[in-house]
Amino acid sequence: MQALTQKSKPVSREPMSLMEKIYLPAVLKGMSITFSHMFKKKPTVRYPEETRPFSPVFRGLHVLNRDEEGRENCTACGLCAVACPAEAITMEAAERKEGEEHLYREEKYAARYEINMLRCIFCGLCEEACPKDAIYLSETFAPASFARKELVYAKNDLLIPNPKTEPEAFAKAKGLKPIK
Amino acid sequence: MGILQFLFWLLSAVALTGAIMVLASKNPVHSVLWLIVVFFAISGHYVLLNAQFLAVVNLIVYAGAIMVLFLFVIMLMNLNTVIETRKNLWMKAAGIISGGILFLIMISVVRSSADMVSRTAQLKEGSIGLIETLGKVLFTQYVVPFEISSVLFLSAMVGAVVIGKKD
Amino acid sequence: MNLLAFDWALLIEKLVLIAIIITISLVVAMYATYGERKVAAWMQDRVGPNRAGPFGILQPLADGMKLFFKEEIIPNSSNKFLFILGPCLAMLTAMMTSAIIPWGSELRIGDRVISLQIADINIGILYVFGVVSMGVYGIMIGGWASNNKFSLMAALRGASQVISYELAMGISLIALLMLTGSLSLKTITEQQMAPGHYWNVLYQPLGFLIFFVCALAECNRAPFDLSEAESELNMGYHQEYSSMKLGFFLFSEYINMFISSVIMATLFFGGYDIPFIDESKYNPNLMAWLGVGALMVKALIFIFVFMWIRWTLPRFRYDQLMNLGWKALIPLALINMVITAVVILKYFN
Repeated sequence: MQALTQKSKPVSREPMSLMEKIYLPAVLKGMSITFSHMFKKKPTVRYPEETRPFSPVFRGLHVLNRDEEGRENCTACGLCAVACPAEAITMEAAERKEGEEHLYREEKYAARYEINMLRCIFCGLCEEACPKDAIYLSETFAPASFARKELVYAKNDLLIPNPKTEPEAFAKAKGLKPIK
Repeated sequence: MGILQFLFWLLSAVALTGAIMVLASKNPVHSVLWLIVVFFAISGHYVLLNAQFLAVVNLIVYAGAIMVLFLFVIMLMNLNTVIETRKNLWMKAAGIISGGILFLIMISVVRSSADMVSRTAQLKEGSIGLIETLGKVLFTQYVVPFEISSVLFLSAMVGAVVIGKKD
Repeated sequence: MNLLAFDWALLIEKLVLIAIIITISLVVAMYATYGERKVAAWMQDRVGPNRAGPFGILQPLADGMKLFFKEEIIPNSSNKFLFILGPCLAMLTAMMTSAIIPWGSELRIGDRVISLQIADINIGILYVFGVVSMGVYGIMIGGWASNNKFSLMAALRGASQVISYELAMGISLIALLMLTGSLSLKTITEQQMAPGHYWNVLYQPLGFLIFFVCALAECNRAPFDLSEAESELNMGYHQEYSSMKLGFFLFSEYINMFISSVIMATLFFGGYDIPFIDESKYNPNLMAWLGVGALMVKALIFIFVFMWIRWTLPRFRYDQLMNLGWKALIPLALINMVITAVVILKYFN
């Protein structure tokens, strides 16, 4: 059989020399290695205080987007639900009434929009399928829970805060620097 | 009654109870543990006699090493459940009689020996049990028996090694 | 009734001293657990406990609390009395050794001279040996009373290990005793403090090495922690133990480590001697306190080395352990003893 790499070394079966039989030099060498490791930089991230930066393409919890005026982008076209390989998304459409123009951008909107986080595989196909820039995967995790019910996220859980009324929360959800 | 005498009686009581319990307890492991209690009490007596070296050596050798080996054997043989072998009544009677006779002989010897008559145990006096005096005595007055016993130990050790190497 | 006729002040003084020493050894053992976890973490490029209090210094308290509140389980088929006696004996023997250690020289308060040693007996080191050889009973009784074959095997291993290494330890000490001519730890310390004398480790480097290896084995510390080898014996002799009884076993290991560190510091590293300083020139009270500090620093260094070794070396196999003890250490110790005897006879007689 041909070796895959040249890195493997044959094990030496020779009897130990006197120097090796004393063990102490080897012990001291090992101890010097462990001692030097005491002063090495620790790669630990102290989690709640420090977090590792997510990569820009990280796919986390979903967010339903609004435009700059705080209107929901989603038109309940259902493309995301069709694209979803895990069938995690359900929605019900409704028609926009008079006087709701400040709430929804287009004439049709999602009255009910649910994502089952237990089914979701965070593949991001919904994000790609959306023609209205309405659904995004953010840079947060889905938190753990004791009940299945709590992991079916409704529209209220998913909607991004309104940039008009709560600009700071909106900026935080978008991952922007707070507006001063 | 001074504190030394009080300790003497206390230790004697502990030693005797321990010794009786060694014989009386059904579980052999308990017997060994009671025997350790006896050794502790005897070491206490040595301390009272100002023989600290003897006290500690008694503990190290008997309680610390020999009794551990005893425990080894008993634990490995798994004598938890006591299987009382039936003993012949005649054997029991013979044992009691011979033991009683030995006991009587010892008492009479102790009572009649000239050295012992009208002596009491000297507490906190004497220095024979201290390491320096003991060493000097062993290497001057008793040097021949001491060396002979060391040869005996050596031969016992060699014997043990030979038995262990058999297979 | 002159039962009560003795020096009450002495009794109180000694009781206070005992209380202080026990407290100190418990606190040191407590923080040794914390130190062990920190040292282990550092050597493995981790941070270690850092949640309970600043830098995690309240971690031992949290651990202790946890052990106290855990459910106490006594196996049905175990021997209940001996099952409880085991950890008690382990703790007792761990504590008893501290009685003869000279923690410092003398304190002078008014007319009274208080020796910072509970008992200066003239067989000091032998007493340590006696107590250490008793220490094996805690493990053996605990392991046997659990009625578990793993516990029993671990107990037997532990006991045979302690007995084997006691021999080499004793022989290596004989060479030291030839030099000092005394068994009292106080005398040995004072000899090393005397001007013109150096620490015993300079005269007995090989003896110290053997003693140190044996001390590792006697404390059941890695690389000789065969009696709690998780990979072979589940958890060793304390497998059936829970709650504070388990805590006692674990704690006694750390107390043993502390005490044996102090004993090594006393025997080979000058005890409460502060290096390069002639203590007699300064205020005796101040020097006594500094001496206690010096002894503590030496002991802490030893504890660190114990941990350092634990997190460096892998565990010995049982036959390797016995080979090292019987075929390497005892002959070395004997050679060391003979050489010391010859040198003393030839040059110092």
